[in-house]
Amino acid sequence: MLAFIIRRLLQSILVMLTVGLIAFALFRFVGDPINNMVGQDTSLADRAALRESLGLNDPFLVQYGNYLINAVQGQFGISYQQRRPVADLLVERLPATLELSLVAAVLALLVGVPMGVYTGLRREGFLSKVFLVVSLIGISLPTFLIGILLILVFGVMLQWLPTFGRGEVVDLGGWTTGMLTASGIKALIMPSITLALFQMTLIMRLVRSEMLEVLRTDYIKFARARGLTNRAVNFGHALKNTMVPVITITGLQLGSIIAFAIITESVFQWPGMGLLFIQAINEVDIPVMASYLILIAFFFVTINLIVDLLYYAVDPRLRVDKLVAGGHGS
Amino acid sequence: MRVRGVLAGILTLVVALCVGLPIEARTFRVAFERDVASMDPYVRTGSHASAFHHNIYEPLVRYDAQLEIEPALAARWRTVNPVTWHFELRRGVRFHDGNVFDADDVLFSFARVRAEGSDVAGFVESIKQIRKLDSYTLEVVTKAPDPTLLNALAHWYIMDREWAREKGAEQPAEPTGPRSNHALLHANGTGPFRLGERRPGVRTILEPNPDWWDEPRHNLDRVIVTPIESAQKRTEALLSGKLSLTLPLLSRDIERIDRAEGLRVLRGPDLRTVFLGMDQFRDHLLYADVEDANPFQDRRVRRAIYQAIDVEAIRREVMGGASRPTGLLIGPGVSGYREMVDRRMPYDPERARALLAEAGYAQGFGITLDCPQGRYVNDVQICTAVAGMLLEVGIRVTPAVHDTRKFFKKLLNGDVSFYLLGWTPGDLDAGSVVRDLLVPPHEGGLDWNAGRFGNREITRLSRRIDGEVDIAKRQAMIDQCFRIMHEEAGYIPLHQQALAWGVRDGVDLAQRPDNALHYWTVRME
Repeated sequence: MLAFIIRRLLQSILVMLTVGLIAFALFRFVGDPINNMVGQDTSLADRAALRESLGLNDPFLVQYGNYLINAVQGQFGISYQQRRPVADLLVERLPATLELSLVAAVLALLVGVPMGVYTGLRREGFLSKVFLVVSLIGISLPTFLIGILLILVFGVMLQWLPTFGRGEVVDLGGWTTGMLTASGIKALIMPSITLALFQMTLIMRLVRSEMLEVLRTDYIKFARARGLTNRAVNFGHALKNTMVPVITITGLQLGSIIAFAIITESVFQWPGMGLLFIQAINEVDIPVMASYLILIAFFFVTINLIVDLLYYAVDPRLRVDKLVAGGHGS
Repeated sequence: MRVRGVLAGILTLVVALCVGLPIEARTFRVAFERDVASMDPYVRTGSHASAFHHNIYEPLVRYDAQLEIEPALAARWRTVNPVTWHFELRRGVRFHDGNVFDADDVLFSFARVRAEGSDVAGFVESIKQIRKLDSYTLEVVTKAPDPTLLNALAHWYIMDREWAREKGAEQPAEPTGPRSNHALLHANGTGPFRLGERRPGVRTILEPNPDWWDEPRHNLDRVIVTPIESAQKRTEALLSGKLSLTLPLLSRDIERIDRAEGLRVLRGPDLRTVFLGMDQFRDHLLYADVEDANPFQDRRVRRAIYQAIDVEAIRREVMGGASRPTGLLIGPGVSGYREMVDRRMPYDPERARALLAEAGYAQGFGITLDCPQGRYVNDVQICTAVAGMLLEVGIRVTPAVHDTRKFFKKLLNGDVSFYLLGWTPGDLDAGSVVRDLLVPPHEGGLDWNAGRFGNREITRLSRRIDGEVDIAKRQAMIDQCFRIMHEEAGYIPLHQQALAWGVRDGVDLAQRPDNALHYWTVRME
């Protein structure tokens, strides 16, 4: 068990280091940060001095190495643009991203699971067909397009919902939330639907296929033979057994929701970490870009690790397999 | 019973959401392309931040709506001799936290603006020293006679000594600095607005300063500033009724906003001049198919290109009529601009072909035109149009489009042969344009003169312009420099683009040609 965890931890660190390495290798192609930091009247000598003092003349491996040395000590650098610690910037923007991601995840579950159950039970029903078509749209249309359509209809034409920002937020000791004000909740509606749609359809299709699978099994037949009510059979026995893979997938998807929130954030100008990253790209703010990418890698790696550990705890077969196979990466 | 209670609650919430909260009285909501990087008036780049900080902090003298100098924190001034100025400070001015403004604050600000980490030290570069004669009188001594001292002072905002000391912000934060600085997120100025809320990159709220020394023209209760990078999203936000004003607009959105109910487009001339530059320095062009020479070193070729470009057609077809063709690198509003010098060579493709043949390029040549994307109004379309026009006279232009960051990097490295650039002088003075763009970098010009255009006479005059206090003499020299540029076709000026601000009906404000929006000029119904 301990060896497994240590192995996975080492793999996780390797993933993060690789992400950082690729990121730093690419930064050279983004442009010159100096032009965004000084006015047009700044002399070439001053520009050169600034470039030197920021270490931008070093080979990228050296830059990366310096970044890592500082990062290990908890220093993620100073934003070129804002001249404030990058960690502060990320912490300021974290609540917006997490709030959006969690609301989207809950929304995806609350809508996706019932839809999946319904389409699983009433395969031939008219509504089921509608749901399936809708889910096809949800899976095949890119997120940003859905967001743009929502903005056009509900923002520009009907003018019901704001097209940008978080509305009024309440500061709860360092954690900002938009859930406590009307304008905050209004601002949350379109972005969370946009972000949830793909996951929702994914969950719906997953629940549906699992339901179909489970409903064919013997113990459901026996349950029916015992004369249990439909409700007890469908929800008490069938749904419960479909939940294990659903929870796993949802957990894994949480990482990608947080990471892909960047698209939704940019469409709705949602001031989370993704938007911070996009702003940083425009300003060639290398410390911000690097820290965001590594932080996202960290989220992914951590969530995967937790899911793996849960698997390990829940499923005894995995432990046996590992012993027999001598371990393999999953 | 409980279900009904929950239902009633949800219903109330839905109704509340649909109706929305009553909009606060006169909140001015505005969205710009990018956020101001910091609240510290000495940590900034560019005119956008300068215009924003001016709402909170104030200079000794300021520009009025016609871009003429008027008193601000200095009530009056006089020149004692060509290098000595006496400024009498305004009495009874208080900073937002109640501290009294006096000469010590100016002295402190002078030290702070020249400290490591300040980006605006250039504006006080010509000042040798500032002496306090009494609490409200200052003596400013310049290194040499400086005719543009007041223009420069208008960009230097005064900070509060006591506040900066107390908060540990005596120096601006450095980009490599170890920790945060109070002045990056907080502000304490003398201006018409105080900082209400600051969320970097998210939004900034300003509230009126009830104790402002000047008569406020505005009637606002609150200003909310949001950065929205994409022009399309800014337009959407304006159309959705959530903004009072946004700028800049894309040309393609102008008509849409004009047609929309309750919105209008404010148009006006922009100070920025867009022009073409050519590498006249290298013996071989980097990006041309001419093997043994640099055609741009031949004045006939430069004039041929000049005369082959139909700038009226660009105005009509590319800019939708919203540009002002020019023969200079400055437009009306920049001090030192004179209508009578602003002449263009006529559009004459026949003459252009003849000039090219004379120069030995009857068959034309191939050249790459480097072009930024999204930096200037319709920049890429201008480059495409120029390519089409030059093809008529045999010059085969390949436009190379780069995003702004990469374009500027390439340009400043001199890694261009033929390029499109726009320029607004930081101090709104023609003298700095002569010095920065008409003098090659190795003789004191800026690297923005990427084609290294130079002329001995201009270089000589530019040194004299910098120290000439006689306005008429100075003007004559500036005119002369631009005449030489014109004769030599050292640059090919195209136009000043037009400003376009999208505004909600009921908003009344002064639109300045330098694109600076000052909230104290805004009135709302």
